[in-house]
Amino acid sequence: MNIHEYQAKQLLKRNGVSIPTGDPCHSIDEAKVAAEKIFGAGHKLAVVKSQIHAGGRGKGVFKHGFQGGVKLAKSVEDVVQCADNMLGKTLVTKQTGTDGRVVSTVLVAAAEDIQKEFYLAVLLDRSNSRPLIMASTEGGVDIEEVAEKHPEKIVKMHIDPAMGFQPWQGRKIAAALGIKGDLAGQCAKLVAAVYNTWWECDASMVEINPLCICLGPDGKEKLIAVDAKIGLDDNALYRHKDILEMRDLAEESPLEIEASKFNLNYIKLDGSIACLVNGAGLAMATMDIIQHYGASPANFLDVGGGASKEQVSAAFKIILSDPNVKAIFVNIFGGIMDCNVIATGIVGAVKETGLKLPLIVRLEGNNVLAGKKTLAESGLTIISGDSMADAAKKAVQAVVH
Amino acid sequence: MSILVTPQTKVLVQGITGEFGGRHTRLSLDYGTQLVAGVTPGKGGQFFEHAGHKVPIFDTVAEAAKQSGATASAVFVPPPFAADAILEGVDAGLELVVAITEGIPVRDMVRVKQAMIGSQTRLIGPNCPGIVTPGTGKDSHGGCRIGIAPGYIHKKGNIGVVSRSGTLTYEAVWQLTSRGIGQSTCVGIGGDPVNGTSHLDVIQLFMADSETTGIIMIGEIGGSAEEEAAEWIAKHGTKPVAGFIAGATAPPGRRMGHAGAIVSGGKGTAAAKIEAFKSAGIGVAATPSEMADTLLRMM
Repeated sequence: MNIHEYQAKQLLKRNGVSIPTGDPCHSIDEAKVAAEKIFGAGHKLAVVKSQIHAGGRGKGVFKHGFQGGVKLAKSVEDVVQCADNMLGKTLVTKQTGTDGRVVSTVLVAAAEDIQKEFYLAVLLDRSNSRPLIMASTEGGVDIEEVAEKHPEKIVKMHIDPAMGFQPWQGRKIAAALGIKGDLAGQCAKLVAAVYNTWWECDASMVEINPLCICLGPDGKEKLIAVDAKIGLDDNALYRHKDILEMRDLAEESPLEIEASKFNLNYIKLDGSIACLVNGAGLAMATMDIIQHYGASPANFLDVGGGASKEQVSAAFKIILSDPNVKAIFVNIFGGIMDCNVIATGIVGAVKETGLKLPLIVRLEGNNVLAGKKTLAESGLTIISGDSMADAAKKAVQAVVH
Repeated sequence: MSILVTPQTKVLVQGITGEFGGRHTRLSLDYGTQLVAGVTPGKGGQFFEHAGHKVPIFDTVAEAAKQSGATASAVFVPPPFAADAILEGVDAGLELVVAITEGIPVRDMVRVKQAMIGSQTRLIGPNCPGIVTPGTGKDSHGGCRIGIAPGYIHKKGNIGVVSRSGTLTYEAVWQLTSRGIGQSTCVGIGGDPVNGTSHLDVIQLFMADSETTGIIMIGEIGGSAEEEAAEWIAKHGTKPVAGFIAGATAPPGRRMGHAGAIVSGGKGTAAAKIEAFKSAGIGVAATPSEMADTLLRMM
């Protein structure tokens, strides 16, 4: 699960990370109140940030023409004007696709006087199953580019999960980033707090980009997480009721939400051949074989190991609500599940939905002969494939002609 | 020989009285596996009965192992309690713990991996179909089946199969069996980002196993376990290996069903894994339909 920037900052603040003062606002009135607080406290500049689960907000463009999903504002009126141009409007960035996302929340925060930018992240290193801290002096830019062109500018440090984060590790990272004096102590504490956020929240990733040295109104330098992103381990959400409440359904595809109600794992793609498969590995492989024979998959869909009649029926309805779909490819290896149960489910779903599109079915496994007989005797036009390759070829032919 | 388990291996089931664990206990008993004990805390002293079998249930793994002589376990415990169940099996000194459970939090597995350093126990999984060493009877009856794989699709023979995905394992096994080619052992290592046994671990066991003459290795997007195995095979491989990588068409940044099947930060792509396979001399099946044929052409 992903959460918004303002929510990520709330979780970081809870663990002791400094963040710019500010509030999430859902209306122009709320934005005005937030702005008055910021300018009233003596800040000279505020920033209004569109809250969507996609990157590239700063360079994004709203569909009504307003430039930039992140804007600086010099006055309360400025903030109100920006919020008015963002709230309820659709923002298109390089990560949203052409449809864009509707902005329903803006973060109105104090714009810090930034002296220097860094990068800091905590994630899992899958190669040794340990948490990994990554830090870099190259902040505020695309870290993947830094990793490619200047890997020496990224400092990596593993954490022993039995020991937890150790103070010397914080000092070492501060030194590697060239942070000295009072700020070095602040940095060590901040890195520890970011690591604790990762661990305590069961995050898959915590990323602060940029982490900044900012000059406060008192003339003192301070380390502040100016932007933040947190991804969470879905499997651990059951023990984080507070974080689960941060889920924003508007950021998820309606079809994917509908699928999850039936325990179906569905991901919408751009192609024309819909797939209905049992098992995640086979579902990916089915997408691949469609592409191999020259067409594109419309979706990933794993109906799981024990697909019921209800699930098959729901799966058909979800697949058919995608207007790009021109054919359906059902690929089932019924190891333990009965192929005849699946076949009966398919026949029922076809009749229920009044399917007009070509349907290609490949059945293999337990009780397969009875399953094929059920399909053949249904009176429906179902194209049968002898093997996965044969069925995939037939599915591709069905959309090419 | 096979790897990890033989038809004589005595197996216990943690979570034997649950619906999922119970169903697959019955299927393993039907397959002829030496399934000798079950564990469900609070139900010690009862029995799991099925088709003339009477499997004793114990409160703890230590007790079950001691009384029954089981050396391997299948974990069917729900996700919030699964990490604890794995560690109980480790403490009981089992040789092998196979965690079938899907949905264990990553943080729990990070701690389990850490706690298992230096232990004698091998963990397979979690989020895996388990292990099958086929038997010599009809439809491979009499083999050792730990987990949820369909037993009847197997055939006793000399090909080792290792995969992160359940259904793709069955697909490969079925392709082999329907061509009259049997398997030494089939291992599903699981689709999670943190697992007990890697592709490389299983490949090393197959290379050292005198009964195994060829290997099918199935991978998918995410992580770098396939690349690590390929690198080792390039240097030390002595047997033909064919493989398939699933997920070439998966969009970056999306989790494709398995918690570990994700391309993130440009890492873990199918293209990189296929390239690693090719440069290690591993035969790459162009489609999942050709896994067995790709290997057979190399043998």
